[in-house]
Amino acid sequence: MISIDKRKARAWSRMGPRAVYGQFLLEMAREDSRVLALSADLGRSSGLAAFSKELPSQFFNTGIAEQNLVGISSGLARMDFKVFSTTFAPFASLRAGDQVRMNLGYMQEPVNLVALASGFALGFLGNSHFGIEDVAVMRAIPGLTIVSPADCFEMYKCLNAAKNLDSPVYIRLTGGVGMPVVYEEDYDYQIGKAEVLRPINSVTIVSHGTTVGHALKAVAELEADGISVGLVNMHTIKPLDEEVLNQVLDKSDHVMVFEEHTVVGGLGSAILEYKNDNQQQSKALVHRHGARDCFPKTGGYDYMLETLGLNSAGIQRAVREVISDN
Amino acid sequence: MTEHSFIESSNNIRHKIIETAFQCGESSHLGGALSMVDILSVLFGNVLKYDTSNLTSPDRDIFILSKGHCVLGYYAAMNCFGLMSNEVFETFQKDGSHLIAHPIKNLELGIESSNGSLGQGLSFGLGMALGMRLDNRTDRSVYIMMGDGECNEGSVWESAASAAEFNVDNLVAIVDVNGLRNDGVNNTYNGVIDFKNIWRSFGWHVLEVDGHDHAALLSAFNEAESHEKNPSVILAKTIKGRGVSFMEDNNDWHHNRITAKTYEQILEEWGCHD
Repeated sequence: MISIDKRKARAWSRMGPRAVYGQFLLEMAREDSRVLALSADLGRSSGLAAFSKELPSQFFNTGIAEQNLVGISSGLARMDFKVFSTTFAPFASLRAGDQVRMNLGYMQEPVNLVALASGFALGFLGNSHFGIEDVAVMRAIPGLTIVSPADCFEMYKCLNAAKNLDSPVYIRLTGGVGMPVVYEEDYDYQIGKAEVLRPINSVTIVSHGTTVGHALKAVAELEADGISVGLVNMHTIKPLDEEVLNQVLDKSDHVMVFEEHTVVGGLGSAILEYKNDNQQQSKALVHRHGARDCFPKTGGYDYMLETLGLNSAGIQRAVREVISDN
Repeated sequence: MTEHSFIESSNNIRHKIIETAFQCGESSHLGGALSMVDILSVLFGNVLKYDTSNLTSPDRDIFILSKGHCVLGYYAAMNCFGLMSNEVFETFQKDGSHLIAHPIKNLELGIESSNGSLGQGLSFGLGMALGMRLDNRTDRSVYIMMGDGECNEGSVWESAASAAEFNVDNLVAIVDVNGLRNDGVNNTYNGVIDFKNIWRSFGWHVLEVDGHDHAALLSAFNEAESHEKNPSVILAKTIKGRGVSFMEDNNDWHHNRITAKTYEQILEEWGCHD
């Protein structure tokens, strides 16, 4: 098992999620020979170069063929291997969408499908590579668990939890080199159990992925100005933690959702649907922040977060606007 | 099995297909079910390893019906060879039944995979074949039944390339080359493209065979099973709708309903009224 301290958390942040993913997976595969790493020719981009050298029999490059990746992964999962398969988010969710639907959804083959660099992490590579609809697509497929870890340590916790689940998991990685650190010490992570990072308040931010780290910074700066805002790390998008969500919808006037996704079908939509179906008495307004229903103008990762209001400055701005409107 | 018993089981499977299609009262995919019957007779009769008293046996071979819409032929073969009870088989295309027009994975019933979306069985089977190899279970094999129309799907060729690249030799693909797809002749492989050469250039060991000749099929399966270093594909030339004169090579019977009148006509043709 990998342990955590402040120094390691910072080192992982400097390496970025993809390099750290490869390192973690190698560690897991050394401990358990049934752990396999597959990739649709993004092994190096998944930090798996060392893995493929050290454990070549536990590594498969299925070619630039994402449908094939999902099919082979599912057959291996059927044979009781612990399969972790990587490609970029739009290729995992849309290019291979029907294979995901048939194999992971309909057949429930317990593949861990890892979407690298989802959201806007690929910056200048642009909308062809952005993961801005993947949550919507995966949410629509019955029987999938969708997780979106906030930082590298949570990714490690999440990979281990997914490995022991006998059902399919879509693991959505966001963030790049220098991503924000959320966790510096060990904590109890469970798939489906949200983390309340700052107590639920009249304004509560609910987020997932590396946006949680940006929100954490925003919340600290707002606090310094005497504005208290709640913060929930909803790292599992499906199934939602209804217990925490009920508290949020009960106590908050404003639920502010920030995510690297379009506002169509992401966590914001999931919360609106939940509120509509189960918490109609809630007075909370749900604000969805992400890309509007568009392919946004492209620049580097920081530019994307800045222009879409998903960095800590943007999150603060949105919170202040909501408060000043009241 | 002897030639005589192969003929007997093929007749039996065809009879079950027609009777069940009639009894369910709905349209079913008859043409492609009937075209693969002789292949299934040989496969289930003499090639596949399975245990009818333990369908999830860890020693079993794997059969996947990638051309999922032809499921009635598959279930009829399972019933014929004792893998599926009459009680289960008789629920075909009844409301709420597990047995519908495409396979739904159910390991207890011996159904290994859900299909219907074409072009997906080969990658899934390749994954299982790789898993067997990792576990040193080279005594087990994976058989994938596809259609030539299905081979229009690009995903088939992603898998075909990978299987050859990984030198998998416990994977056997069978293509029921009946030459017709939903809209008629499969022109993709009917003109400039040589179907056999595609498979060969993708690195497969290619066997061409008359898909209604039991002895030829059996020897092709034996050769595929003993072949090493790369995967084998058996291109079985068949006649869609084989066994019922007016259904043969007639795409009106790709997906159609058997009325009482048609049913009588078939029984008459087969001499079942004596």
